[in-house]
Amino acid sequence: MHAKQKAFRAAFPLTLPILAGFLFLGCSYGVLMVSKGFSIWYPIFMATFIFAGSMEFVTVHLLLSAFQPLSAFFLALMVNARHLFYGISMLETYRGTGRKKWYLIFGMCDESFSINFSAKISEDVDKGWFYFFVTLLNQIYWVGGTALGAVLGSFITISTKGIEFVMTALFTVIFLDQWMETKRHIPSAIGILFSVLCLALFGAEHFMLPAMAAIVLFFALFRNKLPVGSEQEVQS
Amino acid sequence: MTVTQSILTIAAVVLGTVATRFLPFLLFPDSRELPPFIRYLGKILPYAVMGLLVVYSLKDVSLFSGSHGIPEAIALLCITALHLWKKSMLLSIAGGTIFYMFLVQTIFG
Repeated sequence: MHAKQKAFRAAFPLTLPILAGFLFLGCSYGVLMVSKGFSIWYPIFMATFIFAGSMEFVTVHLLLSAFQPLSAFFLALMVNARHLFYGISMLETYRGTGRKKWYLIFGMCDESFSINFSAKISEDVDKGWFYFFVTLLNQIYWVGGTALGAVLGSFITISTKGIEFVMTALFTVIFLDQWMETKRHIPSAIGILFSVLCLALFGAEHFMLPAMAAIVLFFALFRNKLPVGSEQEVQS
Repeated sequence: MTVTQSILTIAAVVLGTVATRFLPFLLFPDSRELPPFIRYLGKILPYAVMGLLVVYSLKDVSLFSGSHGIPEAIALLCITALHLWKKSMLLSIAGGTIFYMFLVQTIFG
């Protein structure tokens, strides 16, 4: 019990930005679904089981179009292909987390991945429970925000314009932390450079897959020239 | 679309999403030694992924219309400066976001 509490206390503060972002984004998703004539159970159910923000917004359109489950499946694969990168990055980190691992993988959204990958967890905190609480809290925020929007959407009038920027801020800060912790900036720079290039070439809807392919290809080609890990690891 | 069709559509989306999350773990279970190339990717990809996510979260900002991405650029500079100065994750995120909200609700509103 004590280990869990300790892990929760370490995890909770790191999820606060997500609380702000997900309450708002989830809320706008709930509002949208209800405004399209769906019962409140649709967004709540989808937030729980799909649990991938952008794909849930895409699914609204799918539900309003002709019935094509196979293309819905392939669309989900494509929109969420970035999860493959998260999975490859977390293979070693999530080893040895026991049965919790299945939930950690199920709940691996952009934000949970970002926090769990980059968090510096102190020695006396149980890593498995830390990852578990980050993932669980983030999902609670998302489902909670969605439910809130679905139920009370039309009553919310305070101006929250721009709050979605909290996600950009989160990713930027983690990017900066990663940048500062090493002297080898090529992998980080490649991530930005290839993404921007592909965004310019293929547009907002289609840039993810080519950007991912270009990044993997680059890393494969220059494998011998790109040492990874901390400075000491490389020297030893 | 009938209710059954809606449920099947949602199930297909759930299946596709779950597949992208589980695939690497199913291909390389704990019991198996990781191939060196996958280990290497696992170490180097996170650095690139975070850049990809920053760009992804800004993908719908248009440089050629509206406010031309100026509030985003100013807010990103503000976050960077704040983070280099104070090195506090929560402060940088909160400060940058509130500043951005101020920009798009007033000056660029």
